[in-house]
Amino acid sequence: MSLDLLHQLNQAALQRILVLDGAMGTMIQRHKLDEAAYRGEQFANWHCDVKGNNDLLAITQPKIIYDIHCAYLEAGADIIETNTFNATTISMADYDMQAHSRDINLAAARLARKAADEFTRRTPEKPRYVAGVLGPTNRTASISPDVNDPGKRNVTFDQLVEAYVESCEALIEGGSDLILVETIFDTLNAKAAVFAVDVVFEKLGKHLPVMISGTITDASGRTLSGQTAEAFYYSLRHIAPFSFGLNCALGPDLLRQYVDEVSNVAETLVSAHPNAGLPNEFGEYDLEADEMAAHVKEWAQSGLVNIVGGCCGSTPEHIKAIADAVAGIAPRSVPHFEPKMRLSGLEPFVH
Amino acid sequence: MTAEFSKFINIGERTNVTGSAVFKRLILNGDYETALDVARQQVENGAQIIDINMDEAMLDSVAAMRTFLNLIASEPDICRVPIMIDSSKWEVIEEGLKCVQGKAIVNSISLKEGEEAFVHHARLIKRYGAAAVVMAFDETGQADTQARKVEICQRSYRILTEQVGFAPEDIIFDPNIFAVATGIEEHNNYAVDFIEATRIIRQTCPHCHVSGGLSNISFSFRGNNPVREAMHSVFLYHAIRAGLDMAIVNAGQLEVYDEIPAALREAVEDVILNRRDDATERLLEIAPNYQGDGKAAAAEDLSWRELPVNKRLEHALVKGITDYIVDDTEEARLAAEKPLHVIEGPLMDGMNVVGDLFGEGKMFLPQVVKSARVMKKAVAHLQPFIEAEKSGDARSNGKILLATVKGDVHDIGKNIVGVVLQCNNFEVVDMGVMVPCAAILQKAREEQVDMIGLSGLITPSLDEMVHVAKEMEREGFDLPLLIGGATTSKAHTAVKIEQNYHAPVAYVPNASRAVGVCQKLLNPQSRAEFAQVLSKEYDTVREQHARKQPRSRPVSLQEARDNGFVAKSKYVPTVPAQPGVTPVSASISVLRDYIDWTPFFLTWSLAGKFPRILDDEVVGQQARELYADANAMLDKLVAEGGLEAKGVIGLFPANRSGDDIEIYDSEAREQIIGVAHHLRQQTLKEKFANYCLADFIADKRSGVPDYVGAFAVTAGIGEDELAEAYNKAGDDYNAIMVKAVADRLAEAFAEYLHQQVRKVYWGYAPDESLDNDALIREKYQGIRPAPGYAACPEHTEKQLIWDLLSVEQHTGMSLTESYAMWPGASVSGWYFAHPESRYFAVAKIQPDQVEDYAKRKGWELDEAEKWLAPNLSD
Repeated sequence: MSLDLLHQLNQAALQRILVLDGAMGTMIQRHKLDEAAYRGEQFANWHCDVKGNNDLLAITQPKIIYDIHCAYLEAGADIIETNTFNATTISMADYDMQAHSRDINLAAARLARKAADEFTRRTPEKPRYVAGVLGPTNRTASISPDVNDPGKRNVTFDQLVEAYVESCEALIEGGSDLILVETIFDTLNAKAAVFAVDVVFEKLGKHLPVMISGTITDASGRTLSGQTAEAFYYSLRHIAPFSFGLNCALGPDLLRQYVDEVSNVAETLVSAHPNAGLPNEFGEYDLEADEMAAHVKEWAQSGLVNIVGGCCGSTPEHIKAIADAVAGIAPRSVPHFEPKMRLSGLEPFVH
Repeated sequence: MTAEFSKFINIGERTNVTGSAVFKRLILNGDYETALDVARQQVENGAQIIDINMDEAMLDSVAAMRTFLNLIASEPDICRVPIMIDSSKWEVIEEGLKCVQGKAIVNSISLKEGEEAFVHHARLIKRYGAAAVVMAFDETGQADTQARKVEICQRSYRILTEQVGFAPEDIIFDPNIFAVATGIEEHNNYAVDFIEATRIIRQTCPHCHVSGGLSNISFSFRGNNPVREAMHSVFLYHAIRAGLDMAIVNAGQLEVYDEIPAALREAVEDVILNRRDDATERLLEIAPNYQGDGKAAAAEDLSWRELPVNKRLEHALVKGITDYIVDDTEEARLAAEKPLHVIEGPLMDGMNVVGDLFGEGKMFLPQVVKSARVMKKAVAHLQPFIEAEKSGDARSNGKILLATVKGDVHDIGKNIVGVVLQCNNFEVVDMGVMVPCAAILQKAREEQVDMIGLSGLITPSLDEMVHVAKEMEREGFDLPLLIGGATTSKAHTAVKIEQNYHAPVAYVPNASRAVGVCQKLLNPQSRAEFAQVLSKEYDTVREQHARKQPRSRPVSLQEARDNGFVAKSKYVPTVPAQPGVTPVSASISVLRDYIDWTPFFLTWSLAGKFPRILDDEVVGQQARELYADANAMLDKLVAEGGLEAKGVIGLFPANRSGDDIEIYDSEAREQIIGVAHHLRQQTLKEKFANYCLADFIADKRSGVPDYVGAFAVTAGIGEDELAEAYNKAGDDYNAIMVKAVADRLAEAFAEYLHQQVRKVYWGYAPDESLDNDALIREKYQGIRPAPGYAACPEHTEKQLIWDLLSVEQHTGMSLTESYAMWPGASVSGWYFAHPESRYFAVAKIQPDQVEDYAKRKGWELDEAEKWLAPNLSD
């Protein structure tokens, strides 16, 4: 991203609450794609099923992905997320597509870039940004997959770094303005991701803003790997994130207290993109756009957030309602704290 | 405890294969399960960070570090604290960094291999997201002098902050603690070099920390733990003042600075501070005296063992020494005609000496209780022999029933009275706490006791005592009645109790008076005289009471309201950072730093302000011993657990409505979830307002969104069990001590939590920085008045706190029918944040307010009169 654009982004963040896009999966589901549609022409003869590999659609159904990006930009999103949640080599191994990880990341970033550029052209006073998404992968570096063997791990830090380096390079090459490490449920995975990001930045000789977004899995108020929101922040603040926040798992009502917790400790912008409620008995998210927006508006009014958006179940209608709701409300002012050693285990430790 | 000390960080050292033979053996044997227990114990014992070191030649250190850290990650009670990854090998450190999700500390890096390697490692640590210990070590070697230590640390600091971009607050310097008193002259100044270097480093390298491995300092006294521990605490005492703010220590093995025998402390201080050339020789000379179990007296103090057995028993009783009591008692038994004679002879003689010394003010309550412990042990030894002879029971002075009345759970004072009476050969029937009147009277008949003693701490207990007195009268009792406990008074006894019962009613202001009162009441002749004296005294008190003019005249409720508190300055309430209900807990090791000790000494009838009381001419020695025993109890509680502190807080949107506070479910302020009812001062105030707590909350008509908080904490979970265990072991002293300590911890918890609320949970004073002394003096913004005390004296309001916070569900604390909190070591109250909020006493209120209050509470008038009794004008 050019320095000029970065400057504009920082300025905008000072003046208003920025809007992130909503769910990709929910929008893809609407197209009811079958196995053949997922395969497209490029992977017609692939040796295993690929239905459900949403990230592959950047290559096989680029129009669908592009249109979803456009719908969110139309709804008012300032930042759109690349469709690369599962695009690392580690997650792609589920479809035996690890070798295509780079291509998928690259194609996805280019699609988002194209859409963002189109809308920046239309509304130059409101430039649009692309956040290259690094997802959590389907493995955990600090949790054992085997209850009988707590010391066991199905992925190492080094393996994660390698995978994230590859994805990150492709995301930047494809035109990402920011890097978003999101839906973090195991902090050690995220530490590997930011380690990789730092390696790539050094290699390329340029630094992009990094957004970090974790997931509080349930009412315990902790990540899946057991950290409190504050401890989680201390584990990752060394990357000097552009924003720090929470997404997924919970609807806005339940997420609020943890956003509040982050807001109290984060010396950077705070982001939040909750789910549209919790899944009902049919696995559908049924929190209406206006209800969700009302919650998010209250967060904004309470000065908790700088960046808002939606996660699972949210749609362009939700994002539009949220964008309208927070328009004109001052963003949270970023606090400054006395320098102290801020360590963490599962819990924070400040000295 | 000063601010520096409370901020000092203990790093657990036991999970280190180079420092702990036990841990090393476990790791070498692959017994990681037990090795995890070592880590867990450290955290439980109060280690705030745990140091893990796997540097052992026989070990694949990289694999061991990985395995152990991975296992720790599955143990939430261990990995809740940060990890210190300790190795001299970079590959081990790096492996460790790849296994921890938290922000860890690397221990250590240095300039030993030159700048390039140093910078490289520092960059990687930054990328992994960790803090780092930096050793005072450079290309030419390890720094030993003050100048070298400072020079290397400053150079490292510059490289790290300027070249690497390392956060200065994440730098922890280790300026090398080396052994002193080695016999080599060059080593003599090592401790001073460290301390002085620390001072300069902290001053010249902003935000950095200083740490060290403590055990090195005393290396030359291996095998003599008492001396080592003394060296550690003396060193820490001085180094912390200079700026040492962390250290790798075995927290369970630190002698209390004040507890080091004076001669040893001076010798150690000479060595540490390098105060004289012959310091090492002098310490070596006296060191053997302290070898063994450390705290035991030095050799010359054992001369009393040469005395005849009777004198030995006396000495043991007076000094409270249990070590030899069984042997000595046995020796006395063998020499005596009958085992009972040992009790009636030498033991009672010894106790009489104790009684005399106590009467003359030469012994203090804690010592007497210790004497009782010795006595009990001796008697317990003799009991089987006495039983075997069936020679009838020992004659006691008299039999006294003691009970804390129904609805009340407080028993520390009552237990002390019980022990003191036992020491004086009274037989005590202790019925415990929450004893209903009928049970007391029934037991009194069954046991044919000579008198009844009632105790209570909360104000509703006063009414219950009146009830017991009336029932005794109705059932035709003739026994003397003793009244004691914190809220009782001579005036209350005279005005409310004595007139209801024809037999003598004696108010006993403290435990030391109990013996005299009981003795007088037991002898038929002196009883009559004493009864006369008492009734005269009470007549006088009643007259004075009746004549007493109110200091200022009462005003009507309306007048009082018109003169309500109005804030001087404009105040915008802070929105709580964490609204709603939050359960909290705290470890004993944290809470002990927040203890206000002064009331603790009062519990034991030692008056004086802490810490001055420790140096008091009269009670100083006793206060010091008591203080040491309390700290030993705290150490034990920290090390072994058994006592748990739990609490819950809630912060709610609230607005004032008259003298009530409406508490709402959310910012919408539509749904009222509770109404707190408050009372207003009702005497004429000329310079001040007629305060009511509700005044500190914005009126709902003002439209200002305001908040109120509530809390309930206990440090008494387990106290009854612990006390019972001590009682069973015949150790009354520690049975009382554990409750007295739990009481202080509960207050400390309330204080600590209030601070957390101000700084974090509510967050209206995020930058507050006060030491414990300032906390005790309440130098902060906001108050935490407790229902049942001066500002909100009506006890039933606790129920609202219980309902709002689901106190019972979160903490297990419950309320009795008199609204006493169980466990006894509990505190609850409200939080007000208003900068002008202050404590006050509601004191006497008038009938118009009682009526108004009854209406607001939805009570009949007599219900209100019952609960407001202590505040009613007579």
